[in-house]
Amino acid sequence: MEHLAAHLWPILDQIQGYIYPNEVELYWRVLIVIYPYITGLVAGAFILASLVKVFNVKELQPTYRLSMLTALAFLIVAPMPLLFHLGHPERAFEIFLTPNRSSAMAMFGYVYIWYLMAVLLLEIWFDYRKDLILWSQQGKGLKKWIQKLITLFSKDISEKALKFDKAAVKVITIIGIPSAFLLHGYVGFIFGSIKANPWWSSVLMPIVFLFSAMVSGMALVLLLYQILMLSRRKEISMPTLDKLADYLFYTMIVAFSLEALDFIHRIYESEESIKIVSQLISGKLFVSLVVIQLLLGMLIPLFTFASIKLFRFPAELRKLLYFVAALLVQVGIFTTRWNVVIGGQLFSKSFRGLTTYKMSIGGTEGLLVALMFLILPFIILYFLIKILPPWKESGTP
Amino acid sequence: MKKILDIIPEQVKRLLIPVSILILSFILLRSFLIPPDFGKYGHYRASAVDEIAAKDIKYIGQEACEDCHDDVVAKKNMSYHRNVMCEVCHGPSAAHIEDPDGNKLSAPRERGYCPLCHEYIPARPTGFPQIVSESHNPMKACIACHDAHDPAPPEVPKECEACHAEIARTKAVSHHMEVSCTRCHETSEEHKVDPRNFRPSKPMTREFCGSCHAQKADASKELTRIDLATHGERYVCWQCHYPHLPESK
Amino acid sequence: MSCLSVSFPSLLAAKDNKNNSILDGSYDPQSHSWGMGIMIDKCIGCGRCANACKMENNVPQLPFYFRTWVERYIIYEGGEVVVDSPNGGVDGFKRRIHDKKILRSFFVPKLCNQCDKPPCVQVCPTGATFRTKDGVTLVDSKYCIGCEYCIQACPYGARFLDPQTRVTEKCTFCYHRIIKNMPPACVEVCPTQARVFGDRKAHASPLVRFMRMNKILVLKPYLNTEPAVFYAGLDMEVR
Repeated sequence: MEHLAAHLWPILDQIQGYIYPNEVELYWRVLIVIYPYITGLVAGAFILASLVKVFNVKELQPTYRLSMLTALAFLIVAPMPLLFHLGHPERAFEIFLTPNRSSAMAMFGYVYIWYLMAVLLLEIWFDYRKDLILWSQQGKGLKKWIQKLITLFSKDISEKALKFDKAAVKVITIIGIPSAFLLHGYVGFIFGSIKANPWWSSVLMPIVFLFSAMVSGMALVLLLYQILMLSRRKEISMPTLDKLADYLFYTMIVAFSLEALDFIHRIYESEESIKIVSQLISGKLFVSLVVIQLLLGMLIPLFTFASIKLFRFPAELRKLLYFVAALLVQVGIFTTRWNVVIGGQLFSKSFRGLTTYKMSIGGTEGLLVALMFLILPFIILYFLIKILPPWKESGTP
Repeated sequence: MKKILDIIPEQVKRLLIPVSILILSFILLRSFLIPPDFGKYGHYRASAVDEIAAKDIKYIGQEACEDCHDDVVAKKNMSYHRNVMCEVCHGPSAAHIEDPDGNKLSAPRERGYCPLCHEYIPARPTGFPQIVSESHNPMKACIACHDAHDPAPPEVPKECEACHAEIARTKAVSHHMEVSCTRCHETSEEHKVDPRNFRPSKPMTREFCGSCHAQKADASKELTRIDLATHGERYVCWQCHYPHLPESK
Repeated sequence: MSCLSVSFPSLLAAKDNKNNSILDGSYDPQSHSWGMGIMIDKCIGCGRCANACKMENNVPQLPFYFRTWVERYIIYEGGEVVVDSPNGGVDGFKRRIHDKKILRSFFVPKLCNQCDKPPCVQVCPTGATFRTKDGVTLVDSKYCIGCEYCIQACPYGARFLDPQTRVTEKCTFCYHRIIKNMPPACVEVCPTQARVFGDRKAHASPLVRFMRMNKILVLKPYLNTEPAVFYAGLDMEVR
């Protein structure tokens, strides 16, 4: 018994003020930070892909398939940190058996399956079907059979069939956009609907989550596009990159406005919790909230994008600036998730004290496992790109 | 029918196979895996209630003690500890009742136990008997003088301080340190043996405090003086001032 | 054994037949609505309730897991408030050394509020935590997946994850006792009757009297959880 709580004894000395005795242990740890971060990337990447199909943004065509595959790779990983965090992962299936209709979390299973099966997989399947049939006719060995299996051995590439594929992709994208909104908006709702926690409880939470998700997803595709093009020694299309950065810039402005609104609203209403929340922001969360999330993750990239719009920088410099800004945005969005999840548990619900969170290195909820879940999507993406090359030139042979 | 099948594109037909397998197996698994008693009373497993209801009882209650130790319980029930159940001091006793010789109960004999309730702590309600253990017969076990089953002090307390430690300690460092309790509180002898039914009095007039603090009062010149006619005329003095620590704001 | 059978025949029946359903006729959940009253002015902070609760319910004997605990509030002149609950009050309280003057000070026993509108039940994804017909919120430890969402949703800090079983635990109002007409362990051992337990539906019960005789308040009423733990003499500083 003693060893099970060994990590809690040192925390007793670091408590400031009074916290309820059951609050010494911080229950939602780094894996629960990773989960909304990853689903955010999924939603963001998908919405970016939808811009191509629904709004016909020609410049973004080169990133369409990459965005879809990125979304899929991250979506596959999304539930894993949740599973690792559960006290009884082997009982997780109960969420599908007896979902409690009043629980936001119970809906997770259905929203996830809907989004994975009905939206992402289907759209990718219809979009790639013709290419896969053609590739499998030329290819050989294992790859040929994997590709055949993925097409479900369909062979019809008549004009009529291809027209149907195109229409299907369009319809699924149209269904997909609200679905992506639902997927991440609902993650925000999981936190925003907890009335016991004033740091989380906010009607703006789902929409703030959604826009930060779009920001992170677009920034990720921007990064991946540059890295992959460089590694393939291909020319980066500047109109594509500029357009991508444009959309990222506009989305960031909305995201920033929403966050600012939320912040101002809290300060202005100045409810019972304001004292402990200001203590939190000026103390334990100062570096991660003010320095990293706000300054590095939001203001500096915003300033960078704005100055690129104002002044004519050469293409090479633009590439570099886009890259650095997108990287900062990633770090910023990750700390946003951290500040919500961890920050919301650092103060006591008695509003009288603060506790502390020490991430372990090893263990099922340590730094190493967390890093694994952040790297795993890229490994999956690597294999997805191998089987389903997203490049135009490898398209129709 | 054939026509409808023809309209559906080839790829969709193929797609329908894995999709329907997935949906069917989900429905099948679901009906197979849901606990049969789930949802009987509400959205939960009905037998969970029975499992919780069947947990072992450890604190069996005083009535069970009475069956064998009726003399002790009767004595206790006549004393100040009448509302303190046996298991508060002797611990959970269900096992003892099952096997009285195998599971002997203990009684706290050391000096540390009684102060759990009776040590002076400002948060404790006034009037609850409290002592300051450093000065209350140090080193002596509580049970050397007090019978826990009839804890009335061996001698009727001479000083109010024995029970009203909080007030005594406050007053001892205040300007009123020289004023005896009985100067302000008329206390009958019965109060010492039946404190709740014979309560001490409180001064009910302004003139009572005025006998020292009024401008013309016959008392030491150093005392604070006020004009009874103009100073807080509607109130009895202790409605604003705390006589046990009059200098506090 | 013999003395028990005289006073508690119902108990023996329960022991003989472990599988007896609570609905075997001897207990009707529909006809009860349990609640607790707490009189702040009577609590002496001895912590026997927190101690007995751990014994009765096998709560881990560590200072991080409590089904009930006692808080001490010290409000100094000038308004500074200090709250503490060393080991939940299980070992009692020690006098603090004060360098400031105390304005008022008191103890507050805390436990699950057995809300009529429990936010923990609302968020539980599987139905592992639920409210019974007699108004007690329980956890099915064989069904709980340990997602800890209920812990986040509880405004009162009344839940914890048991480090051994890896499922959520909380106060059950000693459900195994109250259905046998015995008070919860904390009420049983309270030496000053600061805790009053009873049936809100009863025509006459200690709780009904408590609610008749006192001005009562619940914790965080603005959250609309409608607690079934009622406080008499609650201070504005208590949260």
